[in-house]
Amino acid sequence: MKVVNKPISKIDGMDIATGKPVYTDDLNINNNALVLKILRSPHAFAKIKSIDSSIAQKVPGVECILTYKDVPKARFTLAGQSYPEPSPYDRLILDEYVRYVGDEVAIVAAKDERTAIKAMNLIKVDYEVLHPILDFEKAEGHQSMVHPEDDLHVNFDIGINKEKNIASSCKIEHGNMEKALEESDIVLEKTYYTQAQAHAMMETYRSLTYMDHTGRLTIVSSTQIPFHVRRIVARALEIPKSKIRVIKPRIGGGFGGKQTAAVEIFTGLVTLKTGKPSKIIYDRKETFGCTTSRHAMKIKVKLGADKEGNIKAVDILSLSDTGAYGEHAPTVFAVVGYKTLPLYNQAKAVRYMGNAVYTNKMPAGALRGYGATQGTFALESAMNELAVKLNIDPTELRQKNIIKQGEANPVLGSTKEGQPVVLASSTLDKCIERGKELIRWDEKYPRKVMSDNKVRGIGMAITMQGSGIAGIDTASAVVKLNDDGFYTLFVGATDMGTGSDTILAQMAAEILETSMGKIIVHSADTDISPYDTGSYASSTTYVTGNAVIKACEDIKNKIIENGAKLLGVDEKEVIFDGECLKTIDEKAALSLDEMAQRFISGEGKNQLMGTGTFGGDTSPPPFIAGFAEVEVDKETGKIELIDYVAAVDCGTVINPNLARIQVEGGLVQGIGMAMYEDVVYSQEGKQITNTFMQYKIPCRKDVGKINVDFVSSYEPTGPFGAKSVGEVVINTPSPAIAHAVYNAVGVNVRALPITPEKVLKGIMSK
Amino acid sequence: MKINVKINHKEMELEVGCDEFLVDVLRKYGFLSVKKGCDTGSCGLCTVWIDEIPVLSCATLAPTVNGKNITTIEGVQEEARDFAEFLVKEGAEQCGFCSPGFIMTVLAMKKELKNPTEEEIVHYLTGNLCRCTGYVGQLRAVKKYMGVS
Repeated sequence: MKVVNKPISKIDGMDIATGKPVYTDDLNINNNALVLKILRSPHAFAKIKSIDSSIAQKVPGVECILTYKDVPKARFTLAGQSYPEPSPYDRLILDEYVRYVGDEVAIVAAKDERTAIKAMNLIKVDYEVLHPILDFEKAEGHQSMVHPEDDLHVNFDIGINKEKNIASSCKIEHGNMEKALEESDIVLEKTYYTQAQAHAMMETYRSLTYMDHTGRLTIVSSTQIPFHVRRIVARALEIPKSKIRVIKPRIGGGFGGKQTAAVEIFTGLVTLKTGKPSKIIYDRKETFGCTTSRHAMKIKVKLGADKEGNIKAVDILSLSDTGAYGEHAPTVFAVVGYKTLPLYNQAKAVRYMGNAVYTNKMPAGALRGYGATQGTFALESAMNELAVKLNIDPTELRQKNIIKQGEANPVLGSTKEGQPVVLASSTLDKCIERGKELIRWDEKYPRKVMSDNKVRGIGMAITMQGSGIAGIDTASAVVKLNDDGFYTLFVGATDMGTGSDTILAQMAAEILETSMGKIIVHSADTDISPYDTGSYASSTTYVTGNAVIKACEDIKNKIIENGAKLLGVDEKEVIFDGECLKTIDEKAALSLDEMAQRFISGEGKNQLMGTGTFGGDTSPPPFIAGFAEVEVDKETGKIELIDYVAAVDCGTVINPNLARIQVEGGLVQGIGMAMYEDVVYSQEGKQITNTFMQYKIPCRKDVGKINVDFVSSYEPTGPFGAKSVGEVVINTPSPAIAHAVYNAVGVNVRALPITPEKVLKGIMSK
Repeated sequence: MKINVKINHKEMELEVGCDEFLVDVLRKYGFLSVKKGCDTGSCGLCTVWIDEIPVLSCATLAPTVNGKNITTIEGVQEEARDFAEFLVKEGAEQCGFCSPGFIMTVLAMKKELKNPTEEEIVHYLTGNLCRCTGYVGQLRAVKKYMGVS
């Protein structure tokens, strides 16, 4: 391969690095957009008795103020999922009920921010304060009902029971659990808690909207899901989808946060009502407190094994906090099971079940890892505790029980239950070995005493994710041969900084046997781009990549077919090498440049376009073995991360540099979740970690040495053998660090984050 | 109120509110490289130089820069590209939203520190957050740029 598997620099790298104006707010070129501010609920749960904006309306420069009385009444979900979305339609643009501190009460549009804030402060609202549900373990059967409305809608059965505050329920089961547990010599049962985590992408949520010259609503938005935004906005605003265009410029990070259409409806509505351009930019507090976070969960794991360490049963019972709205509630919940149960393939019985419940806190939503992260912390922590009980090396316990390449598993693939999918590619066993070598496991396990109060411990965990959503998500690509002999590749996927535009161009260049400089990538504009479900669920490399390959093969065939016609020979008699089409006898030849000009001219009358669409029948899992070394201060509980090693199987690595950065970045986000990050609410339900002062993402000093290595496999259904890498990277740090802390000081922290307080308490209670 | 400043070596008269922050004024006047990430002086995205010293423009009141020299990355494109080459080669720019502020700090560091240790580099750059890269790729790029790898 000439272009694929090479460390090519990102095609937009130099421009974004050096500060060119390419992000949503930089593109407000006329600088005359109305500025939107949102009045928010001070109560966790309340009904609006009356709302008076008459004085606020009189502030000079105020364009419009909208309350629940002024907005369309069709319920929708903001979850960016393929239609029909599994998330409940439980939202209105503005509702009579407010369901968390920060929920929207009124939209104010004014000539500038200062005026909008002044007007916002003059709106008078009288609330009937209701009893909020703040503890998700008490939500089921609580006296309050978060969604009392009659018109809440679901597209299909997701196990919703709104009278009991259950947003969805799920059960996955294979084998006879009772029998498997009975046959086990040892049964271990532990309960784990994972916290809500914030995305904390650097560019906050923002959208800019205007009417075009044909009366269509144009939305420029920092989004991962332009096509879903079009559909969601059309439903919420009750206008035809054909009247909406969504343009995605450069994105300043997403991590799943921008898979939920947090802001586009507000600017869309104001522009529709006023005919004027409008923009909204969430400040950091709104981004933290009024969008979404990771679903907090309580996960009980029951493991059964024989004395030799053969795992017989994996039984997981979970409870998920979806907050005030059900964005991604059923799917995140299911992924906990689907991305953990197949790992230990030797188990005779596996089961995953439980509920996602409504509470009066900020809604949860999609976040990198999407349930697999929560499930991995619980399952892998339990495995490490089981290893202690069995007195067996935890790496050996894994090697004995993990799924191997060529084995079938009933839960793998996750679409057609009961039809085992064969694992076509995996080097997980080798990843464990490689990781052990890199961290020097045999030398360091389980601990090393450094001084009177400092001990170093090492720990490990394994994980898997998927590559796109099998049977549901699809992507298309179009490649156009331009008249000057270069190509434009149109995709609907979103590059959030991951480098997906670049790796898709690499794949195109490889198939078309040309250089990167001859591929222009256009992404994404719903008027122009071919359909793509969006950049989430670890899908871009795998799903969109496969579509790109198909499109490029299509146009290549057309070039050969049409080029042969120009030469007046049969297409079997020519060879195309990317630059030149020659007859086999080399007597006649045409350059791509010449062909391109003649195809499009009066002679050829043919604009060559190649198209390709792909949707996976399976969702091939990438794997990681993660290893942590920590130093714990026994007197203070302080944990220092010394070293983190990740051995990664993501199939063929399309771009080693970009893949490495994806892994390093995801590991650090996982380290943040493991050790620092926590979305905390006051007793009244107000989020108190809503700035970077209170919500601590890792800084440069919090990251020890990070060592990433790829142990490639070849995924037969993947583009050039590739699988995904974006999400799987966040899953191992929490259980591996928890394990390392246990190995250092003998304390099992079962509730994230693993703070010095929890470690010290554990040490003191021993 | 009106203030007179030099931005990227060009004399300018700016109309600013007395409670307005420099970051908002710079963006209003078209210096769109300057990004806002936190409003609390915590993330470093809005870093510009005032009289050659890196400062957080989201925590600098605009009237206080009257008479001063302000430099944004638009004013040091050549130097920025020199470092960006290293950054992009590592793939460590990712979403790029934090890069202009980060690069302004890196360029200031290069002027200030000679042959820094890894620890000194990390310390100098700690105020610049990044959520994408995990920092280690950025560190590789900085070390190569500083010639200390």
